[in-house]
Amino acid sequence: MTYDAIIIGAGMSGLAAGIRLAQYDRRVIVVERHNLWGGLNSFYTLGGRRFDVGLHALTNYAPPGTKGVPLTRVLRQLRLKHEDLRLGEQRCSEILLPDLRMTFTNDFEHFRAEVARAFPTEVPGFERLVQAVRDYAIGQDRPADQSARKVLPEFLGDPLLREALLVPITYYCSAREDDCDWHSFVILFRSMFLEGLSRPDGGVRTLLNLLIKRFKQVQGELCMGNGVRRILVDGGAARGVELEDGTLLEAELVLSSAGLTETMQLCGRQDLVRPADVGRITFVESISILDRLPEECGHVAATSFFSTGVPLRYRPPSDGLVDVASGVISSPNNFVSDQPPEEGCMRLTFLADHDRWCALEEDAYREAKAREVERAIATAAQLTFDWRPYTVFQDIFTPRTIRHYTGHVNGAVYGSPHKRHDGSTQVDGVFLCGTDQGYLGVIGALVSGISMANRYALVSA
Amino acid sequence: MTREEIIIAIKDIIETIAPDEETANLDPAERLRDQIDLDSMDFLDIVMELRKLYGVQVPEEDYKELATLNGCVQYLEPHLSDKPLHCAAQA
Repeated sequence: MTYDAIIIGAGMSGLAAGIRLAQYDRRVIVVERHNLWGGLNSFYTLGGRRFDVGLHALTNYAPPGTKGVPLTRVLRQLRLKHEDLRLGEQRCSEILLPDLRMTFTNDFEHFRAEVARAFPTEVPGFERLVQAVRDYAIGQDRPADQSARKVLPEFLGDPLLREALLVPITYYCSAREDDCDWHSFVILFRSMFLEGLSRPDGGVRTLLNLLIKRFKQVQGELCMGNGVRRILVDGGAARGVELEDGTLLEAELVLSSAGLTETMQLCGRQDLVRPADVGRITFVESISILDRLPEECGHVAATSFFSTGVPLRYRPPSDGLVDVASGVISSPNNFVSDQPPEEGCMRLTFLADHDRWCALEEDAYREAKAREVERAIATAAQLTFDWRPYTVFQDIFTPRTIRHYTGHVNGAVYGSPHKRHDGSTQVDGVFLCGTDQGYLGVIGALVSGISMANRYALVSA
Repeated sequence: MTREEIIIAIKDIIETIAPDEETANLDPAERLRDQIDLDSMDFLDIVMELRKLYGVQVPEEDYKELATLNGCVQYLEPHLSDKPLHCAAQA
């Protein structure tokens, strides 16, 4: 079979790229190893309950019709309607550091006032930072991969305020250890603070269902449960792919959301991957279903980003399975919604070490999951409330689960610390989309698929 | 298509790709970008829709010719004069 383009992975970026190409009559197939779409942001049913993985919240919230923002752009490009996403805005979110609690909402003035309240002398610097973030364009002023930790002191003198910004941003995007690059910092600052957080009613499957429906409507071809065994390369250029069942698909254009390292492996060119390109940031997440709503226990935050020490320690733990000193607490109940989840739910995400989790035997693995999550919730409980007595059901996933479902080496959630902003690889006709191309979050992943498809399959064709 | 119909065709495409934009009062001599919210991705879609609906190929170096409605008419007239308008606005 010959295609105009083969897309690897039915996650957000792959589906978005597929829609763009099929919409303009390109012969396109999206190939997915698993039987479920979504990739890093997917869903499952367990014990009669529906769970989401990945997505805590959609960043980049904007009301319908807002000009010039990523959400509007994505909806236009994919011909989706804002109302069909059924977005519920966050009530508020919080940043919890030693002796500091700041909240933010989808109204940036609220956060501005919080900064002025907690750091009155930092207001002028903060305003300069906001202006720099608004004016930023990639490729201008400074290298995209410059350290945010190094740049921020140009604006903010108080290390605690720098940390208050870095904790949520780093947790929501960074593939880089103990840091975040300036480009990512700026994009996330816009998408979390200047824009905001929301959640589709029904969770991630609402968005995924829209994407799948649209892809089918424009007659895109979806191949599930049959992954790519290798990318066929001849004379340094892509010729197609071979699937796990031996099927050969031909195309001179392959858009891969598998990740930089993983894509080079599929090309048989591991030699092109530098050790520094391989990410290690990965997490354990627990999802607890409660017999009451978090707000009945006084907890109204949609997300709580915490670190019990400063500066934030953001790397795989050196001495154990997990690091419970920092994390993200998320409650899907705390978004304003017409159809809120019926049961209370608390999710907790914290840093983990991939290799140690993967070395465990089955019994030890199960026991470690329960033990480490217990320890993590005990820490989080001191900052919010203790939901253990109200928990009626719990599920946990680890770096092992993440590796299985995303195929990322090391279960690296955010992929490679070195992003390829133009999507190019050393193999002609093979381009990256998704995590390793460098757009961030769910909306970012959609932008990634769209822009790579536009650039390499529509404009240049 | 007449020149007037080409304008209808372009406005119809804009309404398809950017349903939240109002096209009724566009000044044909002014840059589209200065009147409504259209970015380079949207211009790409105008070109893609022209190709899909009317089989017109606009090479990348000519995108700039489409900056105004008058520019669109000027550039597209030779390609569209023998093609019928077939879009929602016609019905």
